[in-house]
Amino acid sequence: MRTSMIASIVCGLIFGAGLVISDMVNPGRVLAFLDVAGSWDPSLAFVMGGALVPSAVAYVIRRRRSAPLLDSRFHVPANTAIDRRLVAGAALFGIGWGLVGFCPGPAIAALSTGRWEAVLFVAAMLVGMSAYRVSWGQRLPNDSAD
Amino acid sequence: MTEISFLWPLTGGLLIGISAGLYLLLNGRVAGISGLAAASVGLTHDGSSKLGVGFLAGVVAGAWLAASLVRRPDIVVTASPALLIAAGLFVGYGTRLGSGCTSGHGVCGLARLSPRSLAATAVFMTVAGATVFVSRHILGAQP
Repeated sequence: MRTSMIASIVCGLIFGAGLVISDMVNPGRVLAFLDVAGSWDPSLAFVMGGALVPSAVAYVIRRRRSAPLLDSRFHVPANTAIDRRLVAGAALFGIGWGLVGFCPGPAIAALSTGRWEAVLFVAAMLVGMSAYRVSWGQRLPNDSAD
Repeated sequence: MTEISFLWPLTGGLLIGISAGLYLLLNGRVAGISGLAAASVGLTHDGSSKLGVGFLAGVVAGAWLAASLVRRPDIVVTASPALLIAAGLFVGYGTRLGSGCTSGHGVCGLARLSPRSLAATAVFMTVAGATVFVSRHILGAQP
């Protein structure tokens, strides 16, 4: 197995553990965070804050390096244009997130619990991604996440 | 909020950030789950699909291990099947149209001060909050 594949799996393991330990895997918790007019649960702000620190350190280190350790170059998007597609996509995502409390990472992590709700959500999410691919996919030169 | 209740989210958040940082410095890629999920099922052409499958398999296994060894989550989902399907479609289509989700924009994008990710995060947080407000406080959905 290639070293980069092992690195991907290890990073995924840490990510999945983080989602469970932070309880972000629980839609009830996520909705309580988003419900600022109800009995607000601030804990996801700690998740976000905690995640940003090591991630920001890594992006600072990245600026001093020409390439990552296990690839010939960085694949980080350089696009800075805030266009209609970005805003519309983020808004649609926000609606879906607010309706149920699942975003992609926690929903995939929740598959490990065998809950049918997570399976149904992830299946519908993949259908939504396919619908995007069918309607827009060929016209996009750069569709990597950023 | 009890005195140590912030330690769980903080620790979990640090792990998520360490994972995203390692993924960048090792494989040179953004740890955005929606992008990895699309790549895993062949919906992108950026050549990261096998690595994406490895990452997502790790997410499932890591979640299972943490639930078994550290903290068993008490997952509360009140949404009906129809709502779960609708929300999944919105999230799937929206994260591709908007090039990212909570991890790609929220964790990786904010960390590198990407203007696109700052805008996207502001929009999806605001819209998600508004969606919860409407469903709970106007339409009367039970938490």
